[in-house]
Amino acid sequence: MDFEFIVGHLNYWLFIVLMMTGLYVVVARGNLVKKIVGLNLFQTAVFMLYISVGKVSGGTAPIFPADMKIDESVVYSNPLPHVLILTAIVVGVATTALGLALIVRIREEYDTIEESHILTAELAIARRELADMDGER
Amino acid sequence: MAGEAAQTAKTLVDHLPVLQVVVPMLASPLCMLFARAGLAWAIAFAASLACLAISIALLATVVDGGVISYHLGGWEPPWGIEYRIDTANAFVLVIVSAIAALVLPYARQSIAAEIEAKHHALFYTCLLLCICGLLGVTATGDAFNVFVFLEISSLSTYALVALGAARDKRALTAAYNYLIMGTIGATFFVIGIGFLYMATGTLNMADLAERIAQLESNRTVRAAFAFIVVGIGMKLAIYPLHMWLPNAYTFAPSAVTAFLAATSTKVAIYVLLRFSFSVFSPGFEFERFTLLYVVLPFAVMAMFLASIAAVFQQDIKRLLAYSSIAQIGYMLLGIGLVTATGLAGSIIHLFNHAITKGALFMAVGAIVMQTGHTAIPKLAGLGRAMPLTGAAIVTGGLSLIGIPGTAGFISKWVLVSAALEKGWWPVALLIVASSLLAVVYVWKIVEIMYLKPAPQTSVGEAPLGLLLPTWGLAAACVFFGLWADLTIDAATDAANGLFGGGFAAR
Repeated sequence: MDFEFIVGHLNYWLFIVLMMTGLYVVVARGNLVKKIVGLNLFQTAVFMLYISVGKVSGGTAPIFPADMKIDESVVYSNPLPHVLILTAIVVGVATTALGLALIVRIREEYDTIEESHILTAELAIARRELADMDGER
Repeated sequence: MAGEAAQTAKTLVDHLPVLQVVVPMLASPLCMLFARAGLAWAIAFAASLACLAISIALLATVVDGGVISYHLGGWEPPWGIEYRIDTANAFVLVIVSAIAALVLPYARQSIAAEIEAKHHALFYTCLLLCICGLLGVTATGDAFNVFVFLEISSLSTYALVALGAARDKRALTAAYNYLIMGTIGATFFVIGIGFLYMATGTLNMADLAERIAQLESNRTVRAAFAFIVVGIGMKLAIYPLHMWLPNAYTFAPSAVTAFLAATSTKVAIYVLLRFSFSVFSPGFEFERFTLLYVVLPFAVMAMFLASIAAVFQQDIKRLLAYSSIAQIGYMLLGIGLVTATGLAGSIIHLFNHAITKGALFMAVGAIVMQTGHTAIPKLAGLGRAMPLTGAAIVTGGLSLIGIPGTAGFISKWVLVSAALEKGWWPVALLIVASSLLAVVYVWKIVEIMYLKPAPQTSVGEAPLGLLLPTWGLAAACVFFGLWADLTIDAATDAANGLFGGGFAAR
């Protein structure tokens, strides 16, 4: 692993750092909104991976001239990963929206968006149910 | 386009592979626009019947080993998106659309009792989107397209699970956790696809298969396989990644639980099959080791640990949810054996478990409707108060255990013989031993329903709208247990198609 290798793969290093940061935030934070932020970081890292691999060194924007007289010597970057990521971004936006909508509903029902408080509340419900069942026997 | 159409005039029949997905996709916004529950239900039901008819027509076309390749928008693969139907996915398409066609008539009365009236039209919208996503995942032959449809089905599933909040507010947190886990899974999956694209420069599955065959020792390809297995494992609740499943199944509305338990994990299993045997091939050393030494042990752990967890549950929906995780273990076991018979066992169990769990969760939904309870001690004496529902639970339970004469027996038989064929008799013993655990948890339900005295409440039998779909599936459990040739033949064909080198060999 020499200097060339490390610098040459800069996009991958950034991808790994961003992805792990996102995943860590999802796992380590108790606040539901922060978890969604982490999830977004995690997804964005993947977008970056796709977009950066579409780059061809020395390549220009993949737009053909209007008269369609294509110069064979021009190198174009690969547009396909970008198109894929447009779809993935839409999926990401939908996920974020749905996640935040769920958080609004959770806040209405539980009066908190802290995971630990929600767990306490759910444990209390479960205990009540168990006590109720024992009464039945 | 007009000139091209004249050259290769396409009839409606040629468009069946895409209509399968387009019909529910277009029907779902219609449900929202009409916004009236009755009308939305009629549209959804009509769409699901159309899907069922299409999928049966597709299966009939490909059942003798044929392949339909449909080019979306007339773009040739590998540039355009290809829908590729062979026996394996035609079989899964039939399962998904048949369950959808049975769940919709059931849902009408079931959700009336469980969901607020203003959400009914939106419920059908989400359900149709979910059906569209699941059918899309199954029909497509494009790796990235799988991700898109997977997310369409997952996002609508999260919303459907959250609708259970009218009965129990814990449905919201269950849906939230499912969203987090599901999105992480899907993102892992898409990283895997990205690595494959980086290594091969294509997304078409048949094209991928050809190119991967030359790249066996490529580290990017290996990483891609690892990411895909973990990502899809999250969606199909492979043993240590199953944490989202029990709560989601327990708190979702009954109709949703029945639909999800019967279809969504099954479609995820199909994706794993497709990637393991068509895109990658078992000749790929890294894959064979992963399946044998990672997937197989986890499958066996699922069979035992999830069954043991099921025995100790006090809620019938949660008990069945843990049993689902155990049954997913059986399907993974078949895949993990990496033989044609094992694969056939996996595919048969996929079908048999879909009808068994569908019947059981539908019957539980009928109980929820009549009593409002899912706590097991409160089911005392229900076998006499609701004789038909009770009998459906017993039939489903027997199939879950694998009693001869029920569908569950056939798939376990094939799995056991697959293990013996490989000479792995301890695995065969483990399959039988874990079935004994199923006896324990099924007996736990039967005992309380039939042998405990009923409390002094007057609970009546469930309405016919719930009983008919439930019994449709329960009868299927017996039918496919007695006349097993149908499923065994289709599954063996599918397994041979997958195992014979998949796309690359054709």
